[in-house]
Amino acid sequence: MKALENILEKLKKPFDKGGKLEKFYPVYDSLDTFAFVPDHTTTSGSHIRDAIDMKRTMFLVIVAMIPALLFGIYNSGYQHFMALGIDASFMDMVLFGLGKVLPLIVVSYGVGLGIEFVFAIIKKHSIHEGFLVSGMLIPLIMPMDVPLWMVALATAFAVVFAKEVFGGTGMNIINVALVARAFLFFAYPTKMSGNVVWVNTDGGTPVDGYTGETFLAQAIEHGANFSDVAHNAYASISESFMAAFLGFIPGSIGETSTLAILIGAVILLWTGVASWRIIFTGFVGGAVMGLIFNILGPMYFPENLYLTVPWWQQLVMGGFAFGIVFMATDPVTAAQTEKGKIIYGFLVGLLAVLIRVVNPAYPEGIMMSILFMNVMAPTIDHYVIQGNIKRRLKRLKTV
Amino acid sequence: MSKAIKITKGVDIKLEGAAENKISAAQRSNVYAIKPDDFFGSIPKLMVKQGATVKAGSPLFFDKNRDKVKFMSPVSGEVVEIKRGAKRKILEIKVLADSELVYETHTPWTGGDRQTLVDSMLAIGIWPFIKQRPYGIIANPEETPRDIYVSGFDSAPLAADTEILLKDQMDDFKAGLEALKALSGGNVHLGVRSKSALYQDVNGIDKTTFTGPHPVGNVGVQIHHTKPINKGEVVWTVDPVDVALIGKSLKEGRFRAERTIALCGSEVKNPQYYTTLIGASIESIVGDNEKEGNNRIISGDVLTGTEVSRDGFLGFFSNSVTIIPEGDNKKFFLTKGWLSPGFSRFSLSHAYPSWLMGSKKYKLDTNLNGEQRAFVMTGELEKVFPFDIYPMQLIKAIMINDIDNMEKLGIYEVLPEDFALCEFACSSKINIQAVVEQGLQDIITEFAS
Repeated sequence: MKALENILEKLKKPFDKGGKLEKFYPVYDSLDTFAFVPDHTTTSGSHIRDAIDMKRTMFLVIVAMIPALLFGIYNSGYQHFMALGIDASFMDMVLFGLGKVLPLIVVSYGVGLGIEFVFAIIKKHSIHEGFLVSGMLIPLIMPMDVPLWMVALATAFAVVFAKEVFGGTGMNIINVALVARAFLFFAYPTKMSGNVVWVNTDGGTPVDGYTGETFLAQAIEHGANFSDVAHNAYASISESFMAAFLGFIPGSIGETSTLAILIGAVILLWTGVASWRIIFTGFVGGAVMGLIFNILGPMYFPENLYLTVPWWQQLVMGGFAFGIVFMATDPVTAAQTEKGKIIYGFLVGLLAVLIRVVNPAYPEGIMMSILFMNVMAPTIDHYVIQGNIKRRLKRLKTV
Repeated sequence: MSKAIKITKGVDIKLEGAAENKISAAQRSNVYAIKPDDFFGSIPKLMVKQGATVKAGSPLFFDKNRDKVKFMSPVSGEVVEIKRGAKRKILEIKVLADSELVYETHTPWTGGDRQTLVDSMLAIGIWPFIKQRPYGIIANPEETPRDIYVSGFDSAPLAADTEILLKDQMDDFKAGLEALKALSGGNVHLGVRSKSALYQDVNGIDKTTFTGPHPVGNVGVQIHHTKPINKGEVVWTVDPVDVALIGKSLKEGRFRAERTIALCGSEVKNPQYYTTLIGASIESIVGDNEKEGNNRIISGDVLTGTEVSRDGFLGFFSNSVTIIPEGDNKKFFLTKGWLSPGFSRFSLSHAYPSWLMGSKKYKLDTNLNGEQRAFVMTGELEKVFPFDIYPMQLIKAIMINDIDNMEKLGIYEVLPEDFALCEFACSSKINIQAVVEQGLQDIITEFAS
């Protein structure tokens, strides 16, 4: 590897102070520090340091998203061919999905990293790793047919207004990827919700009775009596649960398979990157709200069928699991105290199901729920920390 | 009746090169030096000039803020150099030692009132071994502390084993404790490691048994879990080996600056213990016992020590000299860097599989293993910080110089050393100990005027 080190050393010249490309040093620096952990040593304090750094952390999050990504690619093709009633091989489905998903990833990373480079050059700091995760999250929470220019626009908006204006990675208040989604959701609602955006039906005629509705849309009208995109009703509620758990349903690219997401969750928890408190209490919060609806719904609002969707079904539908595992756990925007995380996670789950069921304008609630709780997280932390401060003051009084 | 307290947060970092239980005399050091930087918060005012002749126990300088506190020469001889740095800051006062030490002698202390004790400690030169909390500065001889705490053991990685250091000095240790009892009005606390028999016949003080991983041996942790410091309170702390040194010096009426040092670390050929004096040259301790290569020599332990060069000198409070490899080489990301399998990359998180390796011992170098970033991860500092304090929030309050919140969040209870493991664990590579030191300095400045 000495050879590569030497090549990089040679390339460095024009980027050095006084060189022609001095301004673009962050570009060189990001390449250099990507290939080699730099030779920075400790100067004060602890002489040895943990092996973990921001690159490893972010890389692990991307690894955790891979199962959801792979399944999303496959499912894009699967839903497409099922809606058209065509028998297709596994490879056909994967290739179709790749054709849809890869461009989204390329656009998201291209636009986002491009803006990061510009800001790094203007502000003269090295490129921070945060966008490596956001750039993968953005495509995974989009419908597969979203136009690429919209993704580009939303990514640009999110990176500039949700992150860089606050000071970059580590300083943002709300989750960057969710801002990209919320931007499109409100600016171009016809491309982000409804029944036609989730499944691509180009190049054929959909089968009889095809609706393209997600479970969330179906639940409003039919309660828990779900059918797939080809309009075949599931035989039983446990069968529709399995379809949603495994992910053979329409939805945003990465969100459909709860199983793939749970594999990601295991990786995140195993490596200690995500907080188990947030994930666990998030699911508990969703289950509690679903259970409350199950019990009270038939008594007070018999006409609202959404309330009858079983609480365990609520956890596998829509983006709930994806949001809890990959977005609510973003350490920068979540509550930062350990006690705060328990409250934060619980409320994210609870509000997600509440918004989903009660608010007719939004069939899904997890996006609004996480964004809202991102904003509330500092308040939660404030009260947790006040508790600590009061304990300390009390000690002073009793002396 | 001794209490038992169990600490769960923290970690014992297992490093190669622990010192063997073998004590030999170090080579004779020709020159000894006292470094004013070892005394946080004090401003040195010289009392000798270059060329002056001093005895062991003669004052070299005093503290401008507390002019009664004088810092003595560990040996007799000639002041050969006063090394200064930027803005003429005094870095080292070097004394060329006589072949036979001549001591400054005082009346031994055999009991008596507190003021006599304070005066004779100041005169002999053993007062600077008493530190005060908050701030970690040298204790004010005009104050009486709420309590005096002695942590009976050091839990830092590769730290010198107090059992070995104190083995033959228990009588001196007890004499020292008697003095501390007189100083504090009886409120002396001793933290004992569980299953240790070292202090079993030490009586008449408050003993507490501690179990758990590092930083359980930090006196700050022990204070926090027994009687935490509140705003306005003052607690004094003394290292156990310094208690013995105080005892011996008081008995003889002379400044006996003897130290037993653990020479340890992965780059030491034969890690073991050496006897020498405070301020001895590093060369005289290390000799030819260092492995070839680009190494870093640390006076103290790997988490809190000070970098010294081979021609440097032992720190005033150091009980060990640690040698580890420098990490100033680049590491290719696939083989040794952030994308490597990493079985030899030690991490407290499970981001590398090294945690599966059980009790394997590691050879860690001084590489930062990453670049400095803003705080991103949360919860990683809390895992190694056994205080009822929010570490990240306190650090952020210090960074923005918010004195009010520093107080509220508990800065009076901590010193930089208590944050050493947090600094180790921080994935954003922030120099947390330096931040905490800055915070303490800010508070001292704020209340000085």
